[in-house]
Amino acid sequence: MAINWFKYSAPTTFYGLAGKLIPWFAFSAALLFVIGLYIGFAVAPVDAQQGEFYRIIFIHVPASILSMFLYLVMAGYAALGLIFNTRLSAMMATAIAPTGALFAFISLWTGALWGKPMWGAWWVWDARLTSELILLFLYLGFIALHASIDDPRRADRASALLAIVGSVNVPIIYFSVKWWNTLHQGSTIKYTGTSMHVAMQQAMFIVLLACWLYAIAVVLARVRSIILERERNTVWINELPEVRS
Amino acid sequence: MKPRQKRFVFIVVALVALAVVVGLVLNALESNVNLYFTPTQVFNNEAPHGRSFRIGGLVEEGSIKRANDGLTVNFVITDTHKSLPVVYKGILPDLFKEGKGVVAQGKMEADGVMHAEEVLAKHDENYMPPEAKDALDKAQKAQGMEKAK
Repeated sequence: MAINWFKYSAPTTFYGLAGKLIPWFAFSAALLFVIGLYIGFAVAPVDAQQGEFYRIIFIHVPASILSMFLYLVMAGYAALGLIFNTRLSAMMATAIAPTGALFAFISLWTGALWGKPMWGAWWVWDARLTSELILLFLYLGFIALHASIDDPRRADRASALLAIVGSVNVPIIYFSVKWWNTLHQGSTIKYTGTSMHVAMQQAMFIVLLACWLYAIAVVLARVRSIILERERNTVWINELPEVRS
Repeated sequence: MKPRQKRFVFIVVALVALAVVVGLVLNALESNVNLYFTPTQVFNNEAPHGRSFRIGGLVEEGSIKRANDGLTVNFVITDTHKSLPVVYKGILPDLFKEGKGVVAQGKMEADGVMHAEEVLAKHDENYMPPEAKDALDKAQKAQGMEKAK
């Protein structure tokens, strides 16, 4: 059976599809958040060196991973929009930006909360922290640039360029702890395996998955309202039951 | 080529060029991006003279000495090749321990001791419960004794 994927690149069909998918993603995200955080805060043992403080990783690590991945996804959609001139891609990029910015902020904020008792400093200008801060600014810059141009198609193109250029920063964040001396520790989960305790790993991966599902649900909801706003003069929108009433 | 293929090639070429530029810039800035110098670098005169800088490494085993005022601490930072003595007056972070990572900021004085204004603990990437840590320490000790024989 051949599925015509391009069918769903049209806002008309995607609007309905997104509406059907949102409850599934939202519900499973909520469920996994509860399970993951329960394992993280109740089942996982304390850490030998950090005691209870280490439990921030169950929020900090998934948020950081998401902030980087979402940026690449956003830049990917922005590039698709530039290359194929598809409206939906640009709308997706716009819809991802606020969630990405939120995760980048959570990452920096929880990191600071952990840094004060553990390192002895809220903030250090090391390569990992600085490049993550730049990531937050890239998200905010993307949002601001898009909002500052009135014509949505021009706004899409200008902010797409910014998103694509900024994607160079993501590998810098990821490899910063390898390339330079940083105060931030290296990766615990490596391709060669990990020394981490099993319950800690489980909690982290479940919360990570929950963050993914949450991000998808929120982005789909946001893209639906962007579609409604941008296509408000079309016939199909005006025929939607929720718009008519 | 169709216009969209042209746009695709343009974006790919631009991204590669940008990545190369950023790579070269970061490479040139290398010493400025690094947060700290290692003791070996300090001995090789790579660290700045007469101004404050950071030095990072491990706290040497058995080197922590606390003065009677309860605030001044003497310890030695090592990268297992070279070692540097540090003196610091203030509150130390929770993770500051012998054999663990540390980053100290301060000036090298004429006495060859770094007078630190700030001491930060550098955490490693290991997360394990206390029982696992004990078992690991015991295993390492046993191995060390084996080697000593």
